[in-house]
Order: sequence, then C-alpha cells, then structure tokens
Amino acid sequence: MDAEKRLVVRKWANRVAAGVFFLATMLGIAVLVVLIGAILRDGLPWLSWEFLTNFPSRIPEKAGIKSALFGSLWLMALTAPIAFVLGVATAIYLEEYAKPGRLTRIIQTNIHNLAGVPSIVFGILGLTLFVRGIGLGRSVLAGALTMALLVLPIIVVAAQEAIRAVPNSLRHASYALGATRWQTIRRVVLPAALPSILTGTILAMSRAIGETAPLIMIGALTFIAFVPTSPLDAFTVLPIQIFNWVSRPQEAFHHLAAAGIIVLLIVLLSMNLTAVLLRNTFQKRY
Amino acid sequence: MPSTLLSPNVQEKMGNVERSAEVEEAAKSTGSSFVRRKKRLPLSERVIPKILLACALVSIFTTMGIVVTLLVETVAFFQRVPLSAFLFDTKWTPLFQPQHFGIWPLLAGTFMVTIIAGAVALPIGLATAIFLSEYASDRVRRVIKPILEVLAGIPTVVYGYFALTFVTPLIRAVLPETGIFNALSASLVVGIMILPMVASLSEDAMVSVPRAMREGAYALGATRLEVALKVVVPAALSGIIASFVLALSRAIGETMIVTIAAGATPKLTLNPLESIQTMTAYIVQVSLGDTPHGTIEYYSIYVVGMTLFVVTLLMNLLARWIARRFREAY
Repeated sequence: MDAEKRLVVRKWANRVAAGVFFLATMLGIAVLVVLIGAILRDGLPWLSWEFLTNFPSRIPEKAGIKSALFGSLWLMALTAPIAFVLGVATAIYLEEYAKPGRLTRIIQTNIHNLAGVPSIVFGILGLTLFVRGIGLGRSVLAGALTMALLVLPIIVVAAQEAIRAVPNSLRHASYALGATRWQTIRRVVLPAALPSILTGTILAMSRAIGETAPLIMIGALTFIAFVPTSPLDAFTVLPIQIFNWVSRPQEAFHHLAAAGIIVLLIVLLSMNLTAVLLRNTFQKRY
Repeated sequence: MPSTLLSPNVQEKMGNVERSAEVEEAAKSTGSSFVRRKKRLPLSERVIPKILLACALVSIFTTMGIVVTLLVETVAFFQRVPLSAFLFDTKWTPLFQPQHFGIWPLLAGTFMVTIIAGAVALPIGLATAIFLSEYASDRVRRVIKPILEVLAGIPTVVYGYFALTFVTPLIRAVLPETGIFNALSASLVVGIMILPMVASLSEDAMVSVPRAMREGAYALGATRLEVALKVVVPAALSGIIASFVLALSRAIGETMIVTIAAGATPKLTLNPLESIQTMTAYIVQVSLGDTPHGTIEYYSIYVVGMTLFVVTLLMNLLARWIARRFREAY
C-alpha cells in the first residue's frame, strides 16, 4: 500500500473513531435523559400538594411523603454541623499545623481509604456503635452520626484543597502584622477559603441526602406516620420511603416512588445549583 | 541580681546558660513578660492545635471502629461456624433451614454484577474521556462535564427504580425468559452509575499529559486518533487503570441497585438472566428483617461485611499503588 492510500485510511480511521467516541459520550447523556423522562412520566401525575403533606399510607391514593421529608430535613440539620466542624478542623490541622511525618501520613492515607469504603459498611458501624453500642436506638441522631462519618472524607478533601488554594502571601502579611498562627487562620485563611469549603460541604450533603443503604442498616425503615420532634425519635427519609414503595409489587406504589424521586431530584438539583452559584459568586483571584 | 533590672540586651548576652532557676522564678513573680513570652504561647495557640488534632483523629477512630466491629463479630461467627463451611460450602442459606454458610454464591453474584458493569462502564467511560480530552472543543466540554456530574450525583435508589421499572421490562421484551429480578438489568445500571467516575478520573489523567507530547506527535503527522491512542492513553495509563480499579471497587460495594433489581437468590450461576444475590444485598435483606441480636443470622452480616470491606479496601489500595507506582515522570 503506498503512502497516499495509507493516509486516506488513517484519516478515515480518525473520523470513524471520532464518531464512536462522540456516540459513547452521548450514550451517557442519553441515559440521563431517558431516566429523567421515565421518572417524570411515571411520577408527575401523582405529584400533588397532598402528596407532600400526607403521611405514608396503605392506600396509594392517600399516601404522601411528609414524614420522609421532615426526616430528611432533621437528618441534614444534625449531620451538616457535625460533619462540617469535624471536616474543617481536620483539614486545618492537616494543612496548617501537621508536620510531615508518620502520623500525618497515616491520617491522610486513612481519609483516602475511608472515601472508598462502601456506604453499607458505615451502616454496619452505625448499627453496632451508635444504635446498640451507646444506645441511641434507631434515632435521627444515630443516623446523623453515621452519615457524618460517611461524608467526612469528602468535606476534608474539599476543605484541604480550599485551604491550600489560599496564597501564602496572605498568611505572611498577617504574620508580619504580628498575628499569631491561630489568628491568621481564623481571620485570614478561613474567610478566604470559606466559599470553597461551603461548596464542598453542600456537595457532601447532597450525597448524604441520597444515601439509603446505611440508614436501612441502622433501622430507619419502619412505617413512620409522624414527624420527629427530638433527635432521639425514630425517623424515615426520602430515599428509604422511595425504596419502600419500589419494593412493593403493586404498580400504584411504583408511581408513588417515581413521584418521591421527582421531589428528591428537585432537592438535589437545587443544592447543586446553590453550590455552583456559591462557587461562581465568591470565586476570588489572587 | 533580679533579672528585671537588666536591659533585654544584657539579658540576651547572658544567654540561656546564665539564666538560672532563680532568675526564672523572679521573672515569674514580678510578672516580667520578657522571659515568659519567649516560653509560653497564648492559650489559643497551645490548645487549638490539640483540639484540631483530636478532630483529625476521628477519621482514624472511624477506621478502627469499622475494623474492630467487623473483627469482633466475625470471630463470634466463626466460633459457631467452622471456617471450612464458610470457604468450601457451595450454598448460602443462613436465613432458613438447613443453614449453609458457603460464601461463594454471594461472591459469584457480586463478581457477575461487577464484571458486566465493568464491561459497560470501562470502554464507554474511556471513550468518553478520550472524546472530552482530545476531540471536544472547550465549549462542548463545558457543557458535557456538568451533565456527567449530574449523572454521578443521582442517588442509587433512583438507579434501582430505573433498573426495575425501565431496563428490566426492556430486557424482558427481547428475552422473555428473563426473571423480573435479574442480574443483567442490575449490572447494566450499575455500569451506568460508575461510568461518570471512569470518564472523569480518566479524563483528569489524560488532561495532565503535557501538550508538548501531543504536539511532537502532531508534528510528525499523526492523526488525532493516533495521538490519542499511541501517545496520550499510554502516557496516562496508570491514571486510567487506577480509575478502572476504583470504579470496579465502587461496583462491588454498590447496594441499592442490586437490592432492588437483582433479587435475593444467592446461587452459583453464570446466567445473568436469573435472579442472584450480592454481598451488599444480603446485608440489606437481613437488616430489613427483625433479626435478634446474638443469633447466627445476625453475625452473618458482619462476616459478609468483613469480606466486602477487605475486598474493596484491597482494590482501593491497589488503585492508589498503581497510580503512584506507574506514574510517568515528564
């Protein structure tokens, strides 16, 4: 084969490959469109104000997600501060105080490995440690503690990156004015890093709000027809209510599940949107 | 001679050796801040690092908590069930009589799901990564990447719903002998779930290949395809393989999709159209029932959890090792 013919073949191979790669990319997007389309088709007719304000029921027409909605809200309200404080503190320690050495390396490696532990294993930990071990029972608090440990690695990594992105010149300026290390961190580093840390925290929370398996493990899957009033009350959350409906054979409950999924996806989407807006608004250039 | 009478200069000249205990004492009692300030930091500077360290140790305690919990209950399990029954039996039926405790049916189910999911996600994910890093314009990439992020953020219970109510009927329309709960539907959807992970991690690895290497190849007259396959992919191979291993590890630990769509029938089969059970789905099945504390069924979730934890931990370590060990230096 002479060079000119080979060139034609090579150019064609390139064009075909470009098409194949493009189609592969579009496949992921197509699945997303089909998935959302199927869920809207199944669930939209069932979505109503009553659906949001009714408790679950054996009669599909009367069933709603009030207890699940409030359960998710409670869970987030307890998980977010715990995970945020622990995560940011860990990140500050690792970035600002830790000297390179054995302990620091162990903590760092450990955080990366924790991020890869299947969520259901956190459920087993939560069940053993919080539900039975310290006797919190199948409560919102036990769920929140479990969830906080689960999302902790995400927040730590996000906060570390945010803190690392604060230029050293700012720290030096602060030291030059006589500030101590903690004053520098609290008044200079943290305010500069805060928007990115919050973005990471919101993303971690959107992971937590969709998690199902660990909460099933700690026993949040009971028929709940009330709204939790204290952290020690039993609870259910949106994904678990959805799972509950999906596992029933009757078609009507599947539609309820789809309607629940629409609510869940709207919550997630607005959280992601907030994160993006936060990032865009406060993105600083030094 | 009381130290307070000395000017700081003189005191410095005296040096540390000369500063006797008596001098220190005097400095303390008179409240002279000169000696003290050098020795003691303000309270916040001494206490806060310790508090922060304590917070950082929480993650260590979490890992230790997981290991200890799993280990203690696993030992309790093996005091009742011989290890040989766990390793060599081919049936897994802890929830009904006669009880069998062979782990293989659960492992087989888990690996079937992982292999099919990998067969979907790895090639498509890599192709997506190549498209995004080598072919797509900046504008196209800015549109597609966030969409993939949305795909990655969808809760797995939603994917489970999708598998059961959309993919399964589709498969049954083509292959009517398929069960309502089947491994194929769950695996395909697990594949879709891990696809964004493969795509984005592989793309990260490929984007970090320096431009100069591509331009060298272009200068020799290479096409885009040749640059992608013969220069960029080999250069980024460690990162790409690490992303594959991580994604497969994620597939092994995935719970809700397989619980909803793959059924609860632990069996040794190679037929993906049948119902199977994975390790994660078994754990959920037990915790849905009201298993009393201390029974053998109760301990069995810890054994399965331990197996799951060890397998995924080894894979995560492998991925990190590959990424570090085989990283090309430019």
